[in-house]
Amino acid sequence: MTLKRNIGVIEGLRYQGGGPQIAWLLHRLSGLGMVLFVGLHVLASFIGGDAGGLINQIYESWWFQIVVVFCALFHGINGLRITILDLWPQLLEHQREAIWAEWFVFLPIFGLAVLVIVRTALGG
Amino acid sequence: MSEPSRTLPLNKRGLNFETLMWLFTRLSALAMYLFLLVAVIGALLMGARTQMNLADVLRWGFTPNVTHVQSTNVPDLAPWATPFWKVTACLFFFTALTHGLHGVLSVLDDYFAQRSLRVLFRVIITILVPVLSVIGIYVIWTS
Repeated sequence: MTLKRNIGVIEGLRYQGGGPQIAWLLHRLSGLGMVLFVGLHVLASFIGGDAGGLINQIYESWWFQIVVVFCALFHGINGLRITILDLWPQLLEHQREAIWAEWFVFLPIFGLAVLVIVRTALGG
Repeated sequence: MSEPSRTLPLNKRGLNFETLMWLFTRLSALAMYLFLLVAVIGALLMGARTQMNLADVLRWGFTPNVTHVQSTNVPDLAPWATPFWKVTACLFFFTALTHGLHGVLSVLDDYFAQRSLRVLFRVIITILVPVLSVIGIYVIWTS
């Protein structure tokens, strides 16, 4: 017997959870992304040679850096929100406000990092 | 066989392994913030303010390994390659690896409820932790 579900993945995504659901989904995707990036990056550095060099070259490309910065920053800031709310559960009442605050912290840092990455890529 | 879902009253909830791992995920997140803070403050003390841009500092922050500053304007890499930074990088990497692989397990548990599959995933993750730790620490230490 397996877990009985009435809801498929697509229907689950259509669930109108608003801000908390978006944060949950992005946290999950960025976490999986980082496991993949960091794992491949370490393995590529370990293997070295042409194959390893190629993977690390992709990692140094500007568009990939933007993806990695997004994952690391969002996962970190959202993770801090989860940690604080979980360790002080009485704050859970303010979870939606916390998610707004989280975006206010995330967007300027991410925007600035993207600006710097793109400017460096353009040779500035 | 699926795991039966349990709803226990608060006074009957003990500290089982999964609860400890739940706590570990939160505490390791705080630990990684500490490593990040140490790495960024260290970078600023070593002159990153004028020799590195924000993206470079973030790259160094998320694992203070000397290869992460090679493509910047830092003139002397020696202070960035001390045993202190190697130990910090290894600890950061190990914390991130265990936090991340346990996270993968949590995600898999959300989509696969079969007991045999869950055991298989646990075996795979348990093997991956020491193997990737050794590879990662070797890469950091020899770079």
